[in-house]
Amino acid sequence: MRHFPVLRAGKAYRSAARHQVRHFVTGEILGEMSMANAGLIARDLRDAPRWAATLGEMSIRELSSIFDRAAVLFEEEALAIGDWEQSFSDYLHNLSATTGMPMSLCRKNAQKVVIAMKEIVPTLKGLMRGLEPEILDKSAVETEQGFLSFRRESTSLGAILPSNSPGVHSLWLPAIALKTPVVLKPGRQEPWSPHRIAAALLAAGLPEQAISLYPTDHNGAREILLGCGRSMLFGDERTVAPWKFDHRVQIHGPGWSKWLIGEDLVDRFSDYLNVMVSSICENSGRSCLNVSSVWVPRRGREVAESLAERMAGIHALPLDHPKAALSAFAQPQIAHAISAMVDNLLQTPGAVDLTAKHRPNGRVAEVDGAAFLLPTLIWCERSDHPLMQMEFLFPFAAVAEVPSDLVVDEMQETLVLTALTQDETLINKLMNAPHIDRLNIGAIPTFHIRRDQPHEGNLFEFIYRQRAFQVAGLEA
Amino acid sequence: MAAVTLEDRVLEARSRLDAHVREMVTWHFSPETGCPFWLKYAQALSFDPRDKINSYADLKLLGHFQDEWLRGGPVRRWLPKGLAGQGVSVFETGGSTGVPKYRINMNDFRTDYEMFSDTLSDTTFPKGSDWLMLGPTGPRRLRLAIEHLAQHRGGIAFHVDLDPRWVNKLIKRSAFHELELYKEHVTAQALTILRANDNVKCIFTTPKLLESLCQKIDLVRYGITGIFCGGTEMNAQFHRFALEELVPGVDFRPTYGNTLMGLACHKPVVPEDEFKIAYYPPNPRAVFEIVDPDDTTKTVAYGETGRVMLTTLTKEFFIPRFLERDEGERMAPIDLYPWDGVQNLRLFSRLQSSVVVGVY
Repeated sequence: MRHFPVLRAGKAYRSAARHQVRHFVTGEILGEMSMANAGLIARDLRDAPRWAATLGEMSIRELSSIFDRAAVLFEEEALAIGDWEQSFSDYLHNLSATTGMPMSLCRKNAQKVVIAMKEIVPTLKGLMRGLEPEILDKSAVETEQGFLSFRRESTSLGAILPSNSPGVHSLWLPAIALKTPVVLKPGRQEPWSPHRIAAALLAAGLPEQAISLYPTDHNGAREILLGCGRSMLFGDERTVAPWKFDHRVQIHGPGWSKWLIGEDLVDRFSDYLNVMVSSICENSGRSCLNVSSVWVPRRGREVAESLAERMAGIHALPLDHPKAALSAFAQPQIAHAISAMVDNLLQTPGAVDLTAKHRPNGRVAEVDGAAFLLPTLIWCERSDHPLMQMEFLFPFAAVAEVPSDLVVDEMQETLVLTALTQDETLINKLMNAPHIDRLNIGAIPTFHIRRDQPHEGNLFEFIYRQRAFQVAGLEA
Repeated sequence: MAAVTLEDRVLEARSRLDAHVREMVTWHFSPETGCPFWLKYAQALSFDPRDKINSYADLKLLGHFQDEWLRGGPVRRWLPKGLAGQGVSVFETGGSTGVPKYRINMNDFRTDYEMFSDTLSDTTFPKGSDWLMLGPTGPRRLRLAIEHLAQHRGGIAFHVDLDPRWVNKLIKRSAFHELELYKEHVTAQALTILRANDNVKCIFTTPKLLESLCQKIDLVRYGITGIFCGGTEMNAQFHRFALEELVPGVDFRPTYGNTLMGLACHKPVVPEDEFKIAYYPPNPRAVFEIVDPDDTTKTVAYGETGRVMLTTLTKEFFIPRFLERDEGERMAPIDLYPWDGVQNLRLFSRLQSSVVVGVY
């Protein structure tokens, strides 16, 4: 039996409570995770200042070379996970088998992790707004503008991780290079990625105090969020709600990302259908970066019909099919429940599922015993229809017409907005909108991320704070 | 003379239980001694329980006790006539919202805890030493029970209250920061008692509060030698964590108790059990039967998982075949407790979405 140990500051621990990780279709047990009790986590976190001190002794250069080596190990070598070895190919197969993600997407997501490791220095520079990361090796550096000094706000970074997309691991990884130990809670179906990343980094020479991995329950997750000075929390609206006003917790909840087309370019919408469809469907629609609504000033029904036709061309395929683009639901009942929720919201007058006519067998498809939700495009006659504010774990979007002068005010929270317009007035209004986080002007897919332009908060600014610093001689 | 085997003990215990059932049924269904509730209940039956119920197995004739019957007053309907004139306590369970369930009590809690006291070591729970009771007090049996246990062993109990109803409300509204502050508030009071009273050598507390206390101080250095611990968070991993890390060297006694049953002792720890905790009820005063949730007339096989069915049989209180909100694996009799026990107690999986637990 493959056992995923708890990693307590890098040291493997076999718990008396274990959770079985199963193949999502066959139910075959593929491994078991040792579960950490909340008190154990709280007790370990008392040592976080010591973990941070150990990591703090390493230079940025040493850390970046560890990341370089780890990238190669992650992608090419058999790595020890507790008392067994895992090849890269095993990793991908098991990842697919427990999460329902097709092999093609598993590979793509694994690549995101590899790139995050390989490009750690450019990433740090992006996060530090162009400052040289080596500045963190010294207590202060003198610049033309005076002293520059940063203090770390926390001796650890907690992360409550999801099961739905391994690409998210690229978000917490830079914390280690920023000399901050990480305290991770893996998703219940996805211990594979965090353990493989940890194994690669430790094998590459990272001090074991830099990584703790605690598979745990809600109580344990709460302990991480309360006990770490800074944390990332991935989850749905209900999970993240209690932590929204805790400045120590960075929320990675629903994104409600959007596309907007201005009056000036709406007549050319057909030129941009591919990039819109990919913004909706990339990564099987499972990311907060995926578009869930499209806002246009007119010709809305035409835009919607065109998107629906293209989206309906994406089919459920076996997970090992090279062209598979849809993830299956590890729990089929969730696929049916989500589909029922969409149908229920369609009962509110003024909305129609335009993809329905292209797929007569319904929204839920079954292939090789696995349940899938097929891409769904809704036309809404009004922008205040509830489906314009929904986000689901599959390729889903709604389209509505809103006059350009009202659109910015009508949009609610938006993680990523791609605005297809050259209208300066509209662009200015978007630039000043406090509810829009990442803003793309032009035909940029919403999932296109630049490491020098972090969204959802900047990890460096989250962990570090610039301190006032002065030096003088001893003369009174 | 042939040695007494476990099989002999089991048969003897079974025979004692059946005799006890007959005695209790006679008591509770006789107009001179029974309580208004059961006497009225008997009127609706087509038989006289005193004639038909001659063994534990015959209790099936009464169906399942419904804990909803305990909700609300008048509580005197539970008072056996045969015990009239004795001082009565009333203990509550549930009640985070709405009317709690009541159990009247005269001496049962004293009896249960005196029996439990007999299982404690005089070395690690020294006679004459004082106790800290850190847990739910208020209208609960636990408050008087721990105090009686301390007094019975010649000690004095210091109390710090934790209000689980408030904790439930905090959890329901996801007020985790407030919950943390409340835990700190409770723990701080316990620390004050421990610092000021060096004769405190024994503690009763819940897993969560024990963790919280151990985050602040080393209980061994404070002279604590015995800990009696119970609550919803008690599982094999917590047990291991307590023994190895929280309070190594302290006599740590996991227990399972509730207002309706009393107190179940755990089987002494052996390495092959991997820290799993097996509880045995105080038979014949209380009986666990681990039943098939889909057919509660069937007992599951040893080692199999089932729902816990509790029967409480004392002169003060009669609870036949009550389906608990817990499940676990049925455990075979052992020499120390030659009757069925239960291992890995946890919330009944079919109730998990509707019940707030793990609160203290």
